[in-house]
Amino acid sequence: MNIWLVMLFGGLITFGIRFSFIYLFGRFHIPGTLRKALHYVPPAVLSAIIFPEIFLRNQQLDLSLDNHRLLAGTIAVVVAYFTKNTLVTILAGMLALALLQLFS
Amino acid sequence: MRSTRVHAKVRKAKGAYLNHRESFWAGVRAEVPLLIGVFPFGMIYGALALNAGLSKLASQMMSSIVFAGSSQFVTAQLVHDAVPGLVIVLTIAVVNLRHMLYSASLAPYLASLSTSWKAMLSYLLTDEAYAPTIVRYEKEGLTPTAHWFLFGAGLALWSTWQVSTAVGIFFGTAIPASWSLDFALPLTFIAMVVPVLKNRPAIASALSAGIVALVTYSLPYRLGLIVAAIVGIAVGTFLENKTHIEPIEELPIQANLLESLDDPRTNKERK
Repeated sequence: MNIWLVMLFGGLITFGIRFSFIYLFGRFHIPGTLRKALHYVPPAVLSAIIFPEIFLRNQQLDLSLDNHRLLAGTIAVVVAYFTKNTLVTILAGMLALALLQLFS
Repeated sequence: MRSTRVHAKVRKAKGAYLNHRESFWAGVRAEVPLLIGVFPFGMIYGALALNAGLSKLASQMMSSIVFAGSSQFVTAQLVHDAVPGLVIVLTIAVVNLRHMLYSASLAPYLASLSTSWKAMLSYLLTDEAYAPTIVRYEKEGLTPTAHWFLFGAGLALWSTWQVSTAVGIFFGTAIPASWSLDFALPLTFIAMVVPVLKNRPAIASALSAGIVALVTYSLPYRLGLIVAAIVGIAVGTFLENKTHIEPIEELPIQANLLESLDDPRTNKERK
């Protein structure tokens, strides 16, 4: 699929999701389980993206100290936990990776 | 601004409300603290999209066609990995599913609007527009010009997102690959996910999704991402039902923004 079609469909679906309840309000009831399930979308999706990015190297699981992205990612988790600041977390992770690459 | 506020207070005391223009600018003002954080995000997106192999035009247009930060980052990553378009579209849908909650939450306040107003405000409904708006609505209740507040907040964010994307695209061309700029993507997600891991169901949801993503990584079309997300959502929902723990109230980004919003607001009112 061409990138423009991807953006068009992606945009239409995104709009549809945002429009859904605003448009349908009062026409049907939101099931409680769906409401609960939606809360877990961010942790589940984001983790599913993060894990392969930091644990895999050349498509293989790499838990060694040579895996710089795993180390830098772990540092970023700690920084995110204590600062709860997105930019500081990004900067800390990028700096950690740069230093690891520089001194290895 | 001060006189507007005083006028607003006087009129409110008489039982009247902000006119549409005052409501619009109140929305813009409420959005400003959030824009400071959004601007660098847009720049990183612009640079990453270009880095991932999208054209300048496509990188820029995604910010107005899709207009959803995290799914734009994901799309850039998946385009870079040459993932088939259908999987990218499905992934965009999964990543943006959380907006359904915002839609459900704001729906009662927007019920009386025309369909075109509802459509326009839905287009502008992002994490960062939702946060100040729901705070406002819950405080002020339903007013005749309430939709102008969301319009102001949403339009301020939209404009900032377009401009910051353009700046990122411009500087992105000057950033060498050895800087590992692509690593900013997982780092961004780490920053977004860590603050949301407040209870066991959320932690279990994240860990199970992450582990399933590793195990299913070799699946074709990167379908493992969607399998992992569904497993993580199911695990979190199941554990919450079992333990009756309070659900996560806010998204990480939203929670941060609410904190940053709180101070200036309360200060103003004390004055």
